[in-house]
Amino acid sequence: MAETKTTCACAMSELAQSGEDRGMNARIKALRKLSTTTQPRIDMERAKLETEAYKKYSGVYSIPEMRGLTLLYYFQNKTLYIGEGELIVGEKGSAPQSAPTFPELCCHTLEDMHVMNDRDIISFSVTEDDLKLQENEIIPYWENRSVRSKIIKSVSQEWRDCYEAGIFTEFMEQRGPGHTVCSEKIYEKGFQDYKEDIQAALNALDYTTDPEAVKKAEELRGMSYACDAIMELGRRYAEYAAELAEKETDPTRKAELLQISENCKVVPAHKPQTYWQAIQMYWFVHLGVTTELNPWDAYSPGRLDQHLNPFYLKDTEAGILDDDRALELLECLWIKFNNQPAPPKVGITLKESSTYTDFANINTGGITPDGRDGVNDVSYLILDCMDEMKLLQPSSNVQISRKTPQRFLKRACEISRKGWGQPAFYNTEAIVQELVNAGKTIDDARKGGSSGCVETGAWGNEAYILTGYFNLPKILEITLHNGYDPVAKKQLGLKLGNAVDFKTYDELFDAYKQQITHFLRIKMTGNNIIESIYAEYMPAPFLSIITNDCISKGKDYNAGGARYNTNYIQGVGIGTITDSLSALKYHVYDKKDISMQQMMDALEANFVGYDRERNLIQHHTPFYGNDDDYADDIMCEVFNFYHDSVTGKPNMKGGKYGIDMLPTTCHVYFGSVMMASPDGRLAGVPVSEGISPEKGSDTHGPTAVVKSCAKMDHLKTGGTLLNQKFTPSVVKGEEGLDHMASLVRTYFNMDGHHIQFNVIDRETLIAAQKNPDQYRDLIVRVAGYSDHFRNLSKELQDEIINRTEQSFE
Amino acid sequence: MAQPQIFNIQKFSIHDGDGIRTTIFFKGCPLRCKWCHNPESQRFSPELLFYSERCVGCGACKAVCPHDAINERMEPDRTKCVNCGVCVDACHYTAREMAGKFIPVREVVRIALQDTMFYEESGGGVTLSGGEVMVQDLDYLLDLLKQLKRRGIHVAIDTCGDVPFERFEKVLPYVDVFLYDLKLMDSKKHEYYIGVPNERILENLKKLDERHAAIQIRIPLIEGVNCDEENIAATLAFLKQIHPVKVNLLPYHNTGKSKYERLQQGYADEEMATPSKEWMEATRKRFEDEGYQTKIGG
Repeated sequence: MAETKTTCACAMSELAQSGEDRGMNARIKALRKLSTTTQPRIDMERAKLETEAYKKYSGVYSIPEMRGLTLLYYFQNKTLYIGEGELIVGEKGSAPQSAPTFPELCCHTLEDMHVMNDRDIISFSVTEDDLKLQENEIIPYWENRSVRSKIIKSVSQEWRDCYEAGIFTEFMEQRGPGHTVCSEKIYEKGFQDYKEDIQAALNALDYTTDPEAVKKAEELRGMSYACDAIMELGRRYAEYAAELAEKETDPTRKAELLQISENCKVVPAHKPQTYWQAIQMYWFVHLGVTTELNPWDAYSPGRLDQHLNPFYLKDTEAGILDDDRALELLECLWIKFNNQPAPPKVGITLKESSTYTDFANINTGGITPDGRDGVNDVSYLILDCMDEMKLLQPSSNVQISRKTPQRFLKRACEISRKGWGQPAFYNTEAIVQELVNAGKTIDDARKGGSSGCVETGAWGNEAYILTGYFNLPKILEITLHNGYDPVAKKQLGLKLGNAVDFKTYDELFDAYKQQITHFLRIKMTGNNIIESIYAEYMPAPFLSIITNDCISKGKDYNAGGARYNTNYIQGVGIGTITDSLSALKYHVYDKKDISMQQMMDALEANFVGYDRERNLIQHHTPFYGNDDDYADDIMCEVFNFYHDSVTGKPNMKGGKYGIDMLPTTCHVYFGSVMMASPDGRLAGVPVSEGISPEKGSDTHGPTAVVKSCAKMDHLKTGGTLLNQKFTPSVVKGEEGLDHMASLVRTYFNMDGHHIQFNVIDRETLIAAQKNPDQYRDLIVRVAGYSDHFRNLSKELQDEIINRTEQSFE
Repeated sequence: MAQPQIFNIQKFSIHDGDGIRTTIFFKGCPLRCKWCHNPESQRFSPELLFYSERCVGCGACKAVCPHDAINERMEPDRTKCVNCGVCVDACHYTAREMAGKFIPVREVVRIALQDTMFYEESGGGVTLSGGEVMVQDLDYLLDLLKQLKRRGIHVAIDTCGDVPFERFEKVLPYVDVFLYDLKLMDSKKHEYYIGVPNERILENLKKLDERHAAIQIRIPLIEGVNCDEENIAATLAFLKQIHPVKVNLLPYHNTGKSKYERLQQGYADEEMATPSKEWMEATRKRFEDEGYQTKIGG
């Protein structure tokens, strides 16, 4: 199977200085420096231990039990790491920037390992020993056992053809489902408590009436082993820290190590007692989720400010914590996130992947579960932390509600305008309404937020899985060619007639809708097969412990155990499809100044020799992004049809489908598999990103963009992504902050879901492209996440340079 | 009177009054400031702009020009060009554009209302600017102002002040703030650099103030023209007679130069320069010390 390029790029518009000497004190500076200058490497320890465990347990235990025992085996035997000066401990691999592999999901070939070692950007060092181990132990065992190999064997030819043609992508062939976020649960109970809950659920099983009781018992025992696993990790860290303390000669550090040891005796077995322990508790849980499997978007602390604030208040009251220490511990946590590069992928996806970012996401602000303003003391500390740390990970964003104080919004704007893309802004009221609209209770909805890039979920209660991007403009290309894909040279769609056969715009649009339905059916069929494979072969008992209601249902996260189970399909290219349909409607059908045959010839010729047509199209067509209803109504029709075709369809976990409108970086790939489009976009050029207008189409400034985007009914989605790029002069001074804040508030008053700002000089970007070495530290916002500019492909760099700069001098 | 021509409607306008605004630029101005950065705003009728950097020399414009007014380099020959706009439609490269078109009041209001939510959130509104809006057809202007007022839109008028005062009197009930330009206090110099003396401008400003109009003073500062001590002192002395809500000091930039090229006009910038940042800040301080809320820039 030819894999596609499915890296995730959410928002980005920031310049971060990673090599810079940042941090509130010498300790943080040193830790940050180590984190940002260490060359990432492959860490084979997990693959080795995983393989040993499978050889031991496979066929002896049920699959869920085996998964729990395997995690236990890893935590019993993995190398521990406590770095100089660290206050929060634990690494996924054996040291910072060491990336474990997950052969049970997808198994790297030796060629993959060479590619990741040899390439210039986003490389991972691989040693000779690693290669030998991979060749002799890992590949022989996993080649035909991995989830990916099972998927390849199970999906239809039709699905593969569409996949290879770039009509849609598939998330789950390289990483596991995840996309979920931590709730307050882990601060209220420890894993010893959860183990007791699990035992109670086991005791309550009624084998006389419940035909699933045996399966449930297997799952619950798997969860129980996973509790043992994380407690074993805590126990070992407590012991190791005490050992180091014993040897330590510096009395201050000795005391710290002893406290770390004490902390690890409390968490994760028991609920945290202090602010410091609460952060350590999260970090253990993060390690549990992200080493059990390699879930998309790693794992996220979600509403960290609200979860930590009670501990902060208690400890400051007791005099054992001050703001400096509270901030220092947050900065330690930020470095921990940054120490974990996203595990490298396989095949073409590996070659196309251009990020170490793993999409952990923090939402600061918003509202409390009882609907009050959620901004608290820790919220402001988190803003200070993100400002000071300027790191890619975690993605540090804010939720803005009607109740959010203006001071908080402006402080967030102040950080955002520094130009490195964080924080992005999420609309609390929109999120709550989206969740309620999708069937969540108001209480669960208020605890929710946006994770990954912009995806909405009920945190702690929902498995919300992104299943793949869907190429909306490509399907018009196929519609215009009677179901034939002129790039892949295959008949993929329905035969509904050639472009010239459509006598009216309505006929054309009707055909387009039929093709959408056709390709969605293929996509969802594949999704359901893949979902079943995960449910059967790749349960996630650890993640299940901390996700309601897996324990009470006795069901795994990957099998429908969560309270809510949502599958998203992410629509990409709404700007390009809108402008293309608008150009056809306006010129071919309304004004008749370009015939359909001329249009098709122009597309075939990539507009070479068709200057008149391209000029007419580009300068005399109502385009999306200008607050012009002619185009915006078309956008709404496409959006509504896509929504109606996906939303509410059942998935295999007893939940429903929904849509997101976000591209990550997939709009670049989707453009690369397309010929020229009727809006004047040339062959191979990226399609529009997020719900942003096609590049250069928006000529009436940011308010018009925001108005056009808000005509989409965001409340029917599970998230949308809007990028706005500004030159620094527009957002200068106190008034500049007011303008940014006004844009955010107004867009959110209109139910916009998310907005992020790129504040960068075009000249800076061009200079960075020419002299990457002089701009090693330049971080820009891509599409829901930030990344080092020099690590982006030339195409993506060009794309960011060319995004319309909203400048009004 | 001729129909008003609008040469630009700019949304997210953040330098023409408070908050986020939509600025309507009317074409035609009674003054001829030597530093004008919008030369296409001076004449009242539509004018052809030529962007030489976009021109590929294909000759499509030349082929259709009914007045043989395009030379070999595709530049308009201004002695022959009647600004008919035929060549604009022929150009495939957007190298030609007409500045100025009549837009009915109803349409201007529709566009202005599109950003109402932004005005409300930011304390913004609509700014009528130019060129010079106060010399435009009065029926059109009053109709526009009344319609905006009726819909509760905050309206600013950006004016040079050189019109009969009766015009101000007519619009006063519908205008929330005047952005009033104060350029040179010496009338002779005013006439030399701007083409007209300044007596009526200063007189109108005083009268507006007497009628309790909200006034925001805007002073373009051009080294070599009006940054001398004498002019600054005279300006401050004059301001004592009125009650501006704010003062904006606008340092000169020669960013308008390329626009002159598009009109094939010369630009006499030798005698004009941008004042230093330090001087601007010191001057701002001087104004502030006199009790005016003062800002550098719009």
